[in-house]
Amino acid sequence: MRYLCLIYSDESQWPKMPKAEQDKWMAEYGAFTEGIKQSGHYVGSERLEAASTASVVRQRNGKVSITDGPFVETKETLGGFFMITAKDLDEAIQLASKIPGARHGSVEVRPVMEIRRP
Amino acid sequence: MKYLCLVYGDEHELHSVPDRECLAYDEALRLGGRCLASEALESSRTAATVRMRNGKTSVTDGPFAESKEQLAGFYLIEARDLNEAIQVASRIPPARVGSVEVRPIRPIRELAKQAG
Amino acid sequence: MSEDPADRMRATVEAVYRAESRRVLATLIRLLGDFDLAEEALHDAFATAVERWPRDGVPANPRGWLVSAGRFKAIDGLRRRARFDASLVQLAERLDAETGDGAVSDEEGVADDQLRLIFTCCHPALPPDAQIALTLREVCGLTTEEIARAFLTQAPTLAQRVVRAKAKIRDARIPYEVPTRADLPGRLDAVLRVIYLVFNEGYSASSGPSLTRHDVSGEAIRLGRLLVGLLPDPEAVGLLALMLLHESRRTARSSTAGELILLDEQDRALWNRELVSEGAALVERALLSRRFGPYALQAAIAAVHAEAESAAATDWAQIVALYDVLLRADPSPVVELNRAVAVAMRDGPEAGLTLIDAILARGDLTEYHLAHSARADLCRRLGRTAQARASYERALRLTRQEPERRFLERRLESCGDPS
Repeated sequence: MRYLCLIYSDESQWPKMPKAEQDKWMAEYGAFTEGIKQSGHYVGSERLEAASTASVVRQRNGKVSITDGPFVETKETLGGFFMITAKDLDEAIQLASKIPGARHGSVEVRPVMEIRRP
Repeated sequence: MKYLCLVYGDEHELHSVPDRECLAYDEALRLGGRCLASEALESSRTAATVRMRNGKTSVTDGPFAESKEQLAGFYLIEARDLNEAIQVASRIPPARVGSVEVRPIRPIRELAKQAG
Repeated sequence: MSEDPADRMRATVEAVYRAESRRVLATLIRLLGDFDLAEEALHDAFATAVERWPRDGVPANPRGWLVSAGRFKAIDGLRRRARFDASLVQLAERLDAETGDGAVSDEEGVADDQLRLIFTCCHPALPPDAQIALTLREVCGLTTEEIARAFLTQAPTLAQRVVRAKAKIRDARIPYEVPTRADLPGRLDAVLRVIYLVFNEGYSASSGPSLTRHDVSGEAIRLGRLLVGLLPDPEAVGLLALMLLHESRRTARSSTAGELILLDEQDRALWNRELVSEGAALVERALLSRRFGPYALQAAIAAVHAEAESAAATDWAQIVALYDVLLRADPSPVVELNRAVAVAMRDGPEAGLTLIDAILARGDLTEYHLAHSARADLCRRLGRTAQARASYERALRLTRQEPERRFLERRLESCGDPS
């Protein structure tokens, strides 16, 4: 099964961190990614720009409307994700708990629908 | 530039959009080299939220934020700029009943390559 | 260049994209009648090129090839979508029937399409900031993010502006055409105004990283050149000349520390002579047409400055004469103010001061910082220190630009202690 691990955290903390601490976080993310690559659990990952760069797009009756994002207004915002493969939800949760962001933010684990593409 | 298009919607209303229409759009995006990855997620009822505090893992049932409209899937796309990304997002069939959040991707791998 | 044929082909496609994408887009908008549809078709055309050209070789006429590929892809895409949205069936059939491949490749047709695009983006029914955003994105090919950075705006805000402008073009049926001869002067004015606004944004604004701002002026000059190539109207020529002559002084107008240096104190050796002579030649061309207007006249004034060896050696009589013509062509208190400064140089500070005081007494320009700083300078030269101080202080309260504020503070200090 594949699972999407969505990392939510308080992004206002990041710019306040000293450079050394930021580097430490980045190194931890690097090590985590390397680890799940070697164990064969890694599928993909991306880091997003700040939530203030988000736009929300809707289409109603053929008219497109756009508002400043993000869609969900919360203190912790989506900052990135990992796509992993795991044998079941427990293994996915176990892997998700090792994502550095789980220590100060939250990681939502969502099973991915398996769609067979033609 | 890469953008993540997050599809949010009321799960019941999203069902009103035909699957084959979504698949056809997805296929068209892939054919045009626009789509790097796209996935539909299982219902938000299947979600678990994980936190780690002081070395202890806590798991709660349900998505990170409780709301009527939930994350239902995503498209990771390549576009020239934000306007092109918005144009792609506005044509994702669920955009007619839900909302699509467009977020630029931070090019960390590309930046690392340039630096290295 | 890389030895790898795949890399070489990618470089070729990228080069064609840079050279041709805006022209292909302009033609596709005409053929398909819709900005979004055309942009998608442009993307698909280049995606097809990346796939086919390595196999089939680069076509003899890449632009024509891309236009037909884009048109084909758009109609094909509409037919696919029509399976879910029956309203698109007709559109697909109509486009297929109406748009042959014939009218795509001749140079004149392509130039007309580019002009159509410029006039549509600068349509007076669109809000001014949307005209600028649309022109930079569609005509110059800048990305939304680049334009947002240049104008110190958030990308989502700018993206909304572009989406709304395109929706208005579609919903209000803003026509995609070059205006008729009767409408041309007014519509051309709107285009020139957009180009000059873009130029001034890069030239006068003092916040933000200087490099990006410089790029904005460069983009305006590129647009000016494009327009002169497409439609050699004397005012378009005049605007290009004006921009080039201003641009020629860029390095001279601020110190290495970023302090503002006025025209009469600039090191004229730093002026870019190539730009000066190109600008001066264009001024001559515009004036010879005898159908020139305010842009050509302002450029002519800039050219007189550019050709003087020093501030003192400037032909002030000629500058005053040019301002007289400009005042008749385009009367405004700002032009009057500039004329007053030139009169002060020709006839002495007292004469200039009388004119400035008359403008201010009318109630014009009382909130314009440059009017007060010009008055202050003349008072200073006349030794009326107290009056000079008062006017510098007034100017300081009104200016919003940082280097200008520092400049006025230095001038104020040079007036000595008030006590």
